[in-house]
Amino acid sequence: MVVTTRTKKTTKSTKSGAERRYRPKVAVWKFASCDGCQLSLLSCEDDLLDVVGEIEIAYFLEATTAVIKGPYDLSLVEGSITTEHDAQRIRKIRQQSKKLITIGACATSGGIQALRNFGDVDHFIRSVYARPDYISTLRTSSPIHEHVPVDFELRGCPINKNQLVEVINATLNERAPNIPHVSQCVECKKNGTVCLMVAKGVPCLGPVTHAGCGNLCPSTDRGCFGCFGPSEAPNGPSLARQLEKLGMSKQEIRDFFRSYNGNAGAFRETSEAYD
Amino acid sequence: MSQTHKSSAQASPKSAHGSGKGKSPSVGAKLVVGEEGIATLLAILKKIGYKTIGPTLRDGAVVYEEIASLGDLPVGWSDEQDGGKYRLVQGTKGSFFEYLVGPTSWKRYLFPPNHKMWEADRKGGSFEVKNIDPTDIPSYAFIGVRSCELNAIRIQDKVFGFGRDDKPEAGIFSDPGYVERRKKSLIIAVNCSRAGKTCFCTSMGGDPHVVADQGHDLALTELISGSRHEFVVEVGSERGALIAELLSCRSASSSDLSDEEAVARKARSQMGRKMVANVKDVLKRNLNHKRWEEVASRCLSCANCTMVCPTCFCSSVEDKTDITGNHTERWRTWDSCFSIDFSYIHGGAVRRETKSRYRQWITHKLSNWHEQYGTSGCVGCGRCITWCPVGIDITEEAKAIKDTGE
Amino acid sequence: MSQAAKKNESGCGCHSASENPMHPRPFKVKNIWKELSDTFSMSLVPEDGGSVEFEPGQFNMLYVFGVGEVPISVSGDPNDRGTLVHTTRAVGLVSKALDELKPGMTVGVRGPFGTQWPLDVAEGMDLVFVAGGIGLAPLRPVIYQAMAERHKYGNIAVLFGARTPEDILFSKELMRWKARLDLDVQVTVDRATGAWTGRVGFVTKLVSSGGFDPKNAVAYTCGPEGMMLNTIKVLHERGVPYDRIYLSMERNMKCAVGFCGHCQWGSSFICRDGPVFCYEQIADSFTIEEL
Repeated sequence: MVVTTRTKKTTKSTKSGAERRYRPKVAVWKFASCDGCQLSLLSCEDDLLDVVGEIEIAYFLEATTAVIKGPYDLSLVEGSITTEHDAQRIRKIRQQSKKLITIGACATSGGIQALRNFGDVDHFIRSVYARPDYISTLRTSSPIHEHVPVDFELRGCPINKNQLVEVINATLNERAPNIPHVSQCVECKKNGTVCLMVAKGVPCLGPVTHAGCGNLCPSTDRGCFGCFGPSEAPNGPSLARQLEKLGMSKQEIRDFFRSYNGNAGAFRETSEAYD
Repeated sequence: MSQTHKSSAQASPKSAHGSGKGKSPSVGAKLVVGEEGIATLLAILKKIGYKTIGPTLRDGAVVYEEIASLGDLPVGWSDEQDGGKYRLVQGTKGSFFEYLVGPTSWKRYLFPPNHKMWEADRKGGSFEVKNIDPTDIPSYAFIGVRSCELNAIRIQDKVFGFGRDDKPEAGIFSDPGYVERRKKSLIIAVNCSRAGKTCFCTSMGGDPHVVADQGHDLALTELISGSRHEFVVEVGSERGALIAELLSCRSASSSDLSDEEAVARKARSQMGRKMVANVKDVLKRNLNHKRWEEVASRCLSCANCTMVCPTCFCSSVEDKTDITGNHTERWRTWDSCFSIDFSYIHGGAVRRETKSRYRQWITHKLSNWHEQYGTSGCVGCGRCITWCPVGIDITEEAKAIKDTGE
Repeated sequence: MSQAAKKNESGCGCHSASENPMHPRPFKVKNIWKELSDTFSMSLVPEDGGSVEFEPGQFNMLYVFGVGEVPISVSGDPNDRGTLVHTTRAVGLVSKALDELKPGMTVGVRGPFGTQWPLDVAEGMDLVFVAGGIGLAPLRPVIYQAMAERHKYGNIAVLFGARTPEDILFSKELMRWKARLDLDVQVTVDRATGAWTGRVGFVTKLVSSGGFDPKNAVAYTCGPEGMMLNTIKVLHERGVPYDRIYLSMERNMKCAVGFCGHCQWGSSFICRDGPVFCYEQIADSFTIEEL
């Protein structure tokens, strides 16, 4: 169950009509990331005000410098694990969090920085930094779920703010979040968006990509480029064969699958087959 | 439109009579109008309160959306379709309806992709469910409904219980929202002037031209050649007759009728695909065929086929609360047998593998549907072939199973 | 005698034809009690003061405000027209939310839906009820009904298998039934623990030795699919024909009225054509994986 025993009790009194009094303590944590997903939370604006009325922000440096000590009812985690220090930090956060939800491509798949996983990190460090010996980093960028148990993964680069509000809302109300794991195609069809790949031959990752972005690219005449990572049952090899038929080169296909969610299972396997 | 009109059941299509003043044409009558007749038709429908939904160009395809005038029609446009491919092409100059079925189907309007079923508020220790006011359901006039689409609508009528007897069978329900939408909808059918590479209505018991009692109010056949641009208007219902009366029509002559028949013949001869015979039993016998594995290697499990299919009716419900938890809404949303959650029971999904989900879709559509509703669930419109991103072909899969199965 | 599991003749007990079958009807929780570590029962009475009607084998959609809805078989006595009793395991978000309700709180109910266990086909014959685990809950109403009209039937065997002694559902009631001379109640566990001195082994063992005349018996079974499959096999080996075996299926019922498609199983909608089926009619489907 989602929130704490205390919350449960007060939620029960809500079920009998009383106001919810206990405000769950929510913390927002950042790891290797661009902060974009945290900004999604801030850009919720009106919705955020409603949410803030129902929760206690215990830790959210992007929004406030005030820090309330743990334990926390809900931790939202942005970013991937790229250093040993962070690998230890996430374990401490997990210990202090009753519920832990990862938000965004970095936290759920390793993010764009996981491109390092396909290369030689020492080489990168030597070519970029004047003093490579000052740099302490892991060889890979990895998603949070490879380090600690995660209660829910919210996808996207960045996350969709409506989905974020939905997950928080569902958590507070102890119901399942309405976040289907179907393909982007379902979102296109419900939205009435004409299939770009079929009608125009535009390469699109929609058929293997998790829905939820709000149909952003296809509805503005751009093929999906997989910000939300793999759908629940992605068939990368079949889509890749179709992309070849549409004229993409092997390298283009590799790069298409290898971007914001390049480290996510099905995307990684497909890109590696085209390496 | 309060006037009622008794149809003369004997009226033969051949004995078409015109629109004499004050006397509306009979059901089955065939009339002829020019381009302006279609313009008038649109204007009349709007005037009497219909929301006119018809073909229009958007994003490289012909879609069904609200249209206001002839200018909104895909004038002069046609299309080429094949597995996984749809392209708009220039058609006969000035034609209104040369295009074939596109990505939209009328279920979008009769069975909307997202639909609020009810909402409820906490009240004291209990809660109160509020009915969704049915008055906000618009009266649609569907313009350009093809024969296969009429069949699809009639199939969904059976699913959602439209047109059932007032005395419901025990345990059999009607969907109030669907019934209300359907009841208020007017159908202006259009006969196909051609068939595409993914069309196979004739092998699903259909025909590119509508027949009497197929559920249309009016049916149009476009006659276009040289300087001629006329439409044969077949009156399909008494409601249609009342509307036809308001158009300036002439009776169809025998030469008009033979031109109309020529259009039908041409479309029939162009069917690009064919469903194998007796597919219902073929699939039933081959639930463990190795072809399911093979098609799963191509199937993206993306659900496009089910979304574009005009008969697929599966849905899910979402319970949405406001942040306080005091107000809740139940929404119905399109779902698909290709999603894993679709068959979830505690402990996991029943159909975990793509091959099981593909098998579920095609056996339901072509086989089990017969037992459930007394009809195939496929009308041969070809949408699932065209709009599958990798061009998986329902007719080819059925044939492969038949050729190599038991 | 092949006969389909019966459709509920009275239609839907909670909704008249004019009412929307998708709208839940508020019921008050009269009582809620623990059956096993993860299993509970609750009794419900309609807030509108009306009556409740259901046939043994049918299910209701139970709704917790704002959380969601789940299908749960009725486990109470069909002759009690004032109260609905449901028994279920707290395994999902909604069933856990149900478990947390207290007397006086409100539950939405849609239903009852689905087919019933047919008893009329068994008049003058022996009855065999074979249950595995929580599968005893959907069978209990038909056992009540059979006992209420005991004179109509020959021997009645209630054969129940649980994983461990701690998983024996309705154990006190089973003891009471066991004490009756007109019922043959046998309980087995897959794995003995503690002070268990009863039988150990699968419920199919009870079926192969149970006191009923296979040539003149009707069997009713509910439990996990594997258990039902083995039960049916043994029943058939003993000579009970397939058209006298009835079983209850579980699938993902969402709308319960045949619209949403989730509970399809072959050509059946479990919500409408089931959950109770005559085995002969679904035998072909039963052995197909992931159907």
